[in-house]
Amino acid sequence: METMFTPFASFGGGLLIGLGAVLLMLGLGRILGATGIMSGLVFADSRDEFSWRAAMVVGMILAPGLIFLVTGAMPELSVPVSPWMIVIGGVIVGFGASLGSGCTSGHGVCGLSRLSVRSIVAVPTFMFTAAITVYLIRHVFGA
Amino acid sequence: MKLIFALFTGLVFGVGIAISGMMNPAKVFNFFDIAGTWDPSLAFVMGGAVILTLIGYRLVWRRNAPLFESRFQIPISSAIDARLVAGSAIFGIGWGIAGFCPGAAIPALGTGRWEVVLFLAAVTAGFYARRLVASSQPTTKAA
Repeated sequence: METMFTPFASFGGGLLIGLGAVLLMLGLGRILGATGIMSGLVFADSRDEFSWRAAMVVGMILAPGLIFLVTGAMPELSVPVSPWMIVIGGVIVGFGASLGSGCTSGHGVCGLSRLSVRSIVAVPTFMFTAAITVYLIRHVFGA
Repeated sequence: MKLIFALFTGLVFGVGIAISGMMNPAKVFNFFDIAGTWDPSLAFVMGGAVILTLIGYRLVWRRNAPLFESRFQIPISSAIDARLVAGSAIFGIGWGIAGFCPGAAIPALGTGRWEVVLFLAAVTAGFYARRLVASSQPTTKAA
């Protein structure tokens, strides 16, 4: 399934993602990592740990609605894989991202920007395994 | 005030994710599918996000403390251990199977699509699985 090359929208979206990360550092002094925010909500051991993460998640969830109000259309989202792939992939994502202490936002955006050695190892590692996985699924197993 | 700030931060991040194309699994698969229907857009997302965060973090860190907390909480570990590498590699595999990562899926909840709910439920199951198998090992074990 082809998708359109969107360098300007993607770069602009990237700037906003970065702005979100910078604002969280400015306001709360925290790294914006989606895995940490989500697992912090699931395993929160204090009200203070829970509440700012919950507020952030509410803000994130409001975003597609805001885009709908402004542009009249929801952001594009097409899922070309089966529900089983979503479940299996999701469990693997949750397991791996929590074991590796981060995902695309925490290691990718914030970690690289901090020039963290751990993130400089993590990001090429997950980009490589994701690319190999997509190659195997699409071109070897032919799904 | 802190929570309103956190909510706004989440909204900025979420709008960025939506505009960038990150919440569209079809686009994620095509980013990795260099041998097939390649769409390099998502490289621009990472580029935009890292450029802004790299500069923004340094401006923010000129302050002694964030706005709503007494100190910055930044990870200090630089240990390249087996958990980091294995976790990141596993995360990439899951990302390549499902096409969602946590930072894209949380804002995508706002589109109301059931696939996103399914994915995040699976990610949560993955968090619990990680706790079951790997909670007792030290985090700084050398690779």
